[in-house]
Amino acid sequence: MNQFIGFVRKEFYHIFRDYRTLLILFGMPVVQLLIFGFALTNDIKNAEIAILDKSKDDITRQLTAKILSSGYFQLSENLESEEGIHAAFKKGKVKLVLIFEPDFGEKTERDGNASMQVLADASDPNVARILTNYVTGIVNVFQNEMLRDRKLPIEINPEVKMLYNAEMKSVFMFVPGVITVLLLLISAMMTSISIAREKEMGTMEVLLVSPLKPLQIIVGKVIPYVLLAFGIAAIIVLLGYFVFGVPIRGSLIVLLIYSIIYIVLSLSLGIFISSIVNSQQIAMMISMVALLLPTIMLSGFIFPIENMPLPLQWLSNIIPARWFIIIIRGVMLKAIGFGVLWKETLILLGMIVFFIFLSVKKFKIRLE
Amino acid sequence: MKPTAENIIEVSHLWKKFGSFAANKDLTFNVKKGEIFGFLGANGAGKTTAIKILCGLWTPTSGTMKVAGFDVYTETNKIKQNIGYMSQKFSLYEDLTPVENIRFYGGIYGLDKKRIQAKTNQALKSLSLEDVKDRPVSALPLGWKQKLAFTVSMVHEPKVVFLDEPTGGVDPITRRQFWNMIYEAASRGVTIFVTTHYMDEAEYCDRVSIMVDGEIRALDTPDNLKKQFSADTMNEVFLKLARG
Repeated sequence: MNQFIGFVRKEFYHIFRDYRTLLILFGMPVVQLLIFGFALTNDIKNAEIAILDKSKDDITRQLTAKILSSGYFQLSENLESEEGIHAAFKKGKVKLVLIFEPDFGEKTERDGNASMQVLADASDPNVARILTNYVTGIVNVFQNEMLRDRKLPIEINPEVKMLYNAEMKSVFMFVPGVITVLLLLISAMMTSISIAREKEMGTMEVLLVSPLKPLQIIVGKVIPYVLLAFGIAAIIVLLGYFVFGVPIRGSLIVLLIYSIIYIVLSLSLGIFISSIVNSQQIAMMISMVALLLPTIMLSGFIFPIENMPLPLQWLSNIIPARWFIIIIRGVMLKAIGFGVLWKETLILLGMIVFFIFLSVKKFKIRLE
Repeated sequence: MKPTAENIIEVSHLWKKFGSFAANKDLTFNVKKGEIFGFLGANGAGKTTAIKILCGLWTPTSGTMKVAGFDVYTETNKIKQNIGYMSQKFSLYEDLTPVENIRFYGGIYGLDKKRIQAKTNQALKSLSLEDVKDRPVSALPLGWKQKLAFTVSMVHEPKVVFLDEPTGGVDPITRRQFWNMIYEAASRGVTIFVTTHYMDEAEYCDRVSIMVDGEIRALDTPDNLKKQFSADTMNEVFLKLARG
């Protein structure tokens, strides 16, 4: 046992002396999360709009107030005539112009039918679509409030409610995603590199000649990275919780157990990689190209799997992260557990068995 | 201490085959306690295979072998406890200090703290490493690394030390100093099993075996070998054998 503790201590020396790598390991998740959380967001806040109110009555004022108080928009200018519209757009700041027809309020009261026009700057189609959706949403709510005490013929009002992420915050998606990517990166890449380094430096030979058993060597190499991975995962979860308000609705224990399963899977991948390579650089290349890229692109972290061409959808099935993202989103946001996630759980466990089997086989061939 | 009659390594009819290729063909030799045994051969002659088998890493295809009195088929764990190993790469952790390296290797051989401490002090003193004991090994000159690696390979007081090209890439003066360390260890009764490509080093060995194509073609003291092949130096002996 003392032998083993000494081994793990040595491994920690390696980690802490390589402060550059350490800085990257702890800095990267924080920076990634902040970037994803603050900058790479699909939510638009405080878009500048202009309003051309030809009616200027109570109802248009109420509606305008409602739109401006939503947080999505702020008033850039009040237009007096239609001539000003293009000028407002061309200045570039105004993304949306709202036009109320004359006698808007009166027509609403009398006919129950008034028109407003929404003009959007579609030189950025995404922004235009999102902003018009916001306006439509607000107008619908407003209309429903007005209708509440009136009788109308037949009316179907779809009431949309975004469950589990009521405000549709993108960061809710990024926190589980970043955890998924980083756990894989640290566990698989760092272990494969550190084992490859022992081979490269010739120390692996000495370890194998020593009374240490191969299993002790592997476990000793892996344990520090498990702890490191946990530490970093905890930082991401806390950062998500306190900075972005990403909730943990499910059980922490379930989350922990799944993290362990996923970390073990990543480690077995890392050990497998290290069993087929002899240098740190190749270990890193393989981890980057064969693990990191597919994990980011094909796991559903950034691009929805449903939108991919069929062959890529099939391919995504063998990406461990695809299944872990479903799990971690489910646990964190929907509070679901093993009962619902049995399929994903089985797939991850199956992958662990597969890679450990491969590594052991590879290891034996090498020894013979 | 001169080599005694007691055999520390006994190899008889060692065969190692990889498929149809035989890396070691019917090797038979003994190494005596306290002897410096030179294990020579061109690259690919099968030296490394034989060393891996004697260290308990690979199982032989056939033959009987004992190292430090233990059987290589059934008692590899005991063999590992009783041998040391050092390769051309010196096998030190570059980001660890000399003290940490000694402590680590002492630890994996199960030495207790007191013994590790004693070993560390002794090593720092005899290698005059006291001034640099807290610097990472990567900052040490090659010659010091080599001596430290040798010391580390003997931290658990093994009966046999396998040195696989221990002087590769080191200058002649440092090599000479290194051989003094080898003599010193041998004089304490440690058996040295060394491979090398430097034929002047072969002259320093008590006995030398020369492998060609997986077989031992010659095995005797350097003087006898030179007589046998009517050569002036070991270099000539080697060339005559290796060229066939």
